Amino acid sequence: MSAVSVRGVTVTLGGARVVDEVVLEVEEGEWLALIGPNGAGKSTLLRAIAGLVPFDGEIALGGTPLRALRRREVAQRLAFVPQAPLLPPDLPVREYVLLGRTPHIGTFAAEGARDHAAAGRALERLELGPLAGRPLHALSGGEQQRVVLARALAQEAPLLLLDEPTTSLDIGRQQQALELVAELREQRPLTVVSAMHELTLALQYADRVVLLAEGHVVAAGPPAEIVTEELIGAHYHADVRVIANGDGPVAVVPRRPAR
Amino acid sequence: MTVVSRRLPVICAAVFVGGAALVGLLVGPVSLGVGEVLRSALAHLPLVHVGSHLSQADDAILWQLRAPRVVLGALVGGMLALAGASYQGVFRNPLADPYLLGIAAGAGLGATLAIVYAPGVVHSYDLTPLAAFAGGAVGVVAAYSLGRSAGGRSTASLILAGVTVTSFLTAVQTFVQQQHSQSLQEVYSWILGHLDTAGWHEVALVTPYILISAVVILLHRRVLDVLSVGDEEASSLGVNVRRTRLLVVVFATVGTAAAVAVTGLIGFVGIIVPHAIRLVLGPSYRLILPLSFLGGAGFLVLTDVIARSVMAPAELPIGVVTMFFGAPFFAIVLRTSRSFA
Repeated sequence: MSAVSVRGVTVTLGGARVVDEVVLEVEEGEWLALIGPNGAGKSTLLRAIAGLVPFDGEIALGGTPLRALRRREVAQRLAFVPQAPLLPPDLPVREYVLLGRTPHIGTFAAEGARDHAAAGRALERLELGPLAGRPLHALSGGEQQRVVLARALAQEAPLLLLDEPTTSLDIGRQQQALELVAELREQRPLTVVSAMHELTLALQYADRVVLLAEGHVVAAGPPAEIVTEELIGAHYHADVRVIANGDGPVAVVPRRPAR
Repeated sequence: MTVVSRRLPVICAAVFVGGAALVGLLVGPVSLGVGEVLRSALAHLPLVHVGSHLSQADDAILWQLRAPRVVLGALVGGMLALAGASYQGVFRNPLADPYLLGIAAGAGLGATLAIVYAPGVVHSYDLTPLAAFAGGAVGVVAAYSLGRSAGGRSTASLILAGVTVTSFLTAVQTFVQQQHSQSLQEVYSWILGHLDTAGWHEVALVTPYILISAVVILLHRRVLDVLSVGDEEASSLGVNVRRTRLLVVVFATVGTAAAVAVTGLIGFVGIIVPHAIRLVLGPSYRLILPLSFLGGAGFLVLTDVIARSVMAPAELPIGVVTMFFGAPFFAIVLRTSRSFA
């Protein structure tokens, strides 16, 4: 059964069809990368799957229609990491990560031992233990991004939606963050859908890539078949080279037009 | 923060309220003595058999004049601070105060109308509290419906609607006031807040509203922490953001309206108390909410002591005192704290 199935989904924001009749299936345990130029509808599609924007069409999580689930039940099934999370500056790291346990805690109840344990595991997993007592504003951009990921992990949902998970990270941190997601997938069944700007990373990490343009799916398939000079060139209006080694394509680099 | 380190500030705040109440009972033109006040207090407790040595007149001063005033001050101060803290939480706006959504201007207009057109008493019943409560409710409903129709979900539109409604109602109130300058003094002293009419009747009037509001708001203390990450993320964590905001706003408003109805507009408590607590103890509403209630209670009881002693036998309007002493106090907290967000 598909972890996520999107059937003919349209999202209209301010009169514009930002996501237009999108159809896609995400298999359980798969890592699907959504790529496409700015404004292609990647983030909006993710937010629709997370139940955060109204949509037309059908979205189902593990076979259950999203509309039939309560907000809390959705939050138990998926964790959403937005592109620019709002971080309360004075909140300590540990308290912030604990907020990820919200879908597992009764509305008027307090966290229990299980919640503290889950938050502790997430902190440890992302090597944030030494920072647990620090306020969020005292962290670097990369540390903040890891803290947000830790909050999503503490949620312990089988589906992880990542909106541009590497935007504010340097190349080393980008690699570490994505390696971490890859490792998590080896340890427990985890389905990942991520919107990605970095085509090289999409090429290296995703099992499958969906290319969106102007709200439509224009191509979908294994990374090597989608991240090509022709498709990227046409939809990003870019002049790029896709570099391959023995195993296939590994990098996308811009090519400066000759003068 | 662990459970133990969360309990300690609450205990300290409770001790502060107890101390403030004792000061409130002791200070006044008639000196009663600590021992006698405590003895008489014990004598009023059930199952305790202690004789009181107070004369009948002193006993009346203590239990019919000072005690209701202390209790009312504590309830109103606690409610205003709690409402301020919860407004700041649900609107994620540090400047939100209990009067944000037009409640103050509405109550002011209601009270002015009652003072001007139904002077004193009607059938031996003072209409001012009722009129203030109704006016406050009208102000909030107007601001809320305007904000909803203008901006849908955004909190900024709600705040702007509050400003709009406040301006309009204040204009009407000022006009009525100017037309009836003979009641200017009375209107002013109502607007600046007062506890001098406090009796057990007033206490009985506000207690149910304030207690229910306080309980509902305190139940949401963890959810308010979740709201601090923004509407969309809170929603992705399973919180029904709109319902939570509406519930907290409704109950904070009802409690505030009840407080305003009997004591007028006591300014600044809803801003300085929650902020002072936030600056000292951090941003978690699980601490800010209960401590705002306790801190606001103690703070208002103490400012009332100042209001009735500095110019005794005359009284200063308590709203003037909260602002006069509150602002420098807040300035000190602001300066000594590490960061302000």
